[in-house]
Amino acid sequence: MRYLPHTQEDIREMLAVAGSPSLDGLFDTIPDSVKTKHGLNLPEPLTEWELNDHMEKLASENIACKGYTCLIGAGSYDHYIPAIIPYLVSRSEFATAYTPYQPEVSQGTLQGIYEFQTMVTDLLGMDIATASHYDCGTALAECALIALRKNRKANKIAVSDLVHPSHRQVIETYLKPTGYEMVLIPHTARGLTDTAALEAMADIAGVAVQSPNFFGHIEDLAAFRKIADSKKILFITSFTEALAWGVLKNPGSFGADLVAGEGQSLGIAKTFGGPGLGLLAGTSKLMRDLPGRLVGRTKDTNGQDGYVLTLSTREQHIRREKASSNICSNNGLNAMTAAMYLSTVGKIGIREIAQLNHDKAVYLRSALTAAGFTPVFDSPFFNEFVMKVPEGFKKKRADLIHRHCLFAGLDLTPFYPELTDHYLFCATEKISRQQMDQLAKEVA
Amino acid sequence: MKEINDLKLPEDVKYSKDHEWARSEGDTVTIGINDYAQDQLGEIVFVELPAVGDAFSVEEEFGSVESVKAVSEMYMPISGEIVAVNENLEDAPELVNEDCYQGGWIIKVKPSDPGELDALMDKAAYLEMLKG
Repeated sequence: MRYLPHTQEDIREMLAVAGSPSLDGLFDTIPDSVKTKHGLNLPEPLTEWELNDHMEKLASENIACKGYTCLIGAGSYDHYIPAIIPYLVSRSEFATAYTPYQPEVSQGTLQGIYEFQTMVTDLLGMDIATASHYDCGTALAECALIALRKNRKANKIAVSDLVHPSHRQVIETYLKPTGYEMVLIPHTARGLTDTAALEAMADIAGVAVQSPNFFGHIEDLAAFRKIADSKKILFITSFTEALAWGVLKNPGSFGADLVAGEGQSLGIAKTFGGPGLGLLAGTSKLMRDLPGRLVGRTKDTNGQDGYVLTLSTREQHIRREKASSNICSNNGLNAMTAAMYLSTVGKIGIREIAQLNHDKAVYLRSALTAAGFTPVFDSPFFNEFVMKVPEGFKKKRADLIHRHCLFAGLDLTPFYPELTDHYLFCATEKISRQQMDQLAKEVA
Repeated sequence: MKEINDLKLPEDVKYSKDHEWARSEGDTVTIGINDYAQDQLGEIVFVELPAVGDAFSVEEEFGSVESVKAVSEMYMPISGEIVAVNENLEDAPELVNEDCYQGGWIIKVKPSDPGELDALMDKAAYLEMLKG
């Protein structure tokens, strides 16, 4: 972004046009009673080097993942970000917070987003993907609303209790003023969504299942497609770990109607849990029901390729209160980042990274088992898994953070009160065998 | 856009204030949007249809038409249950522009109160309304 300060001459000219003798004169209409009488209570100005020192001190108080080993996923994953990505994404041409409504001056950004959409449809095996949403939670809540709009006779949406707890909260928040209801599908002893419980449910417009689910397990999506067909409801699937699709059969091949996902794993830093990247994809049948921006490719009057926002008639700036959503926007810069990540790693690269994630998670699970931890479920997983921890682990875990800058798993009790002493672990490509062996030794 | 006097407004249908038309055909009533509505909307690119079996009351929204300019809701001129929808519109929405009273019909309804048809306008009353 360019920063061009005003010169005294600029200010004089502008004041002359505005017809005010001074800058203060511009604020004459504000009553004296609400104006500050004395200056702001601020510290003395600093030199540039003093300010840099000050900011670095503040920054060092954050426990950020750089310099820490993070064995926690649960919706935000510690993946390697190739050096080319921060370089490219910090180019000023991409630094826009908002949707490019003016195609005549935004061809680069629009093409970038169009390619992002194309890569997302490839990754998920779906017909159409939007130009992104805030995060997986908001994308998933929009999917629930689509299902409720499509099946007007039903009043409820069935959601697996192994959908990320925060995403379930977002759905609840979205539904609260609408009179619709979210009903939870319980999970089985294998840590999978209970299909029999879903089958017994009535008055539902759609079903949402996360895979890999919050415990890391890969759900049998084909089974949910079948139940959705028998009930004539929409089948929605979500995910928090986008890299899983590097090795797993994608949602489209199971016939998902709608897919909501978190794209943070695609080159986006964890930064205190946000901003993320909401992915939303659907079948072409649902094209006009998708909320948010869509970029399309067309020909200009000279017959050359051009990019432009399309199907805008569904959107709030045209359709007002009848829009498919009035509470969504796209995450342009993060969508661009994901497009850069996907094109950097490529089709083969993403498969290799995904395989590394799985292999390391399998290694970590067996190392922890050998160290006295109990594997709880026997279901297939991607890069996350649940362990029952031995006595005294909580203290050792706190110790590991201070002595080794290592986060060993996430306590599941706040989310699933019945799972006391159960922790959710995650291994990504970044963790080494040496680190895993050392962890096993420390906690044994 | 057409002048009011150039609009095609057949005598064998009834008109609603929302610019739908309704034609009684035995037990069912066929419904579409009229020449004025299709002309105002311009090139129609998509028609969102209800499902057969859905029931609506009079003036309730039953679908929408999308043109290159805007999306407009369609409202029931009478109450009833949908017995058929014009599936040709899925691939050829332009039928609504080309032939809005025949090939471009939108739904067929089994009326719950046939008397409601009488409350709709005939050509003369509708023209009066348009001229305001």
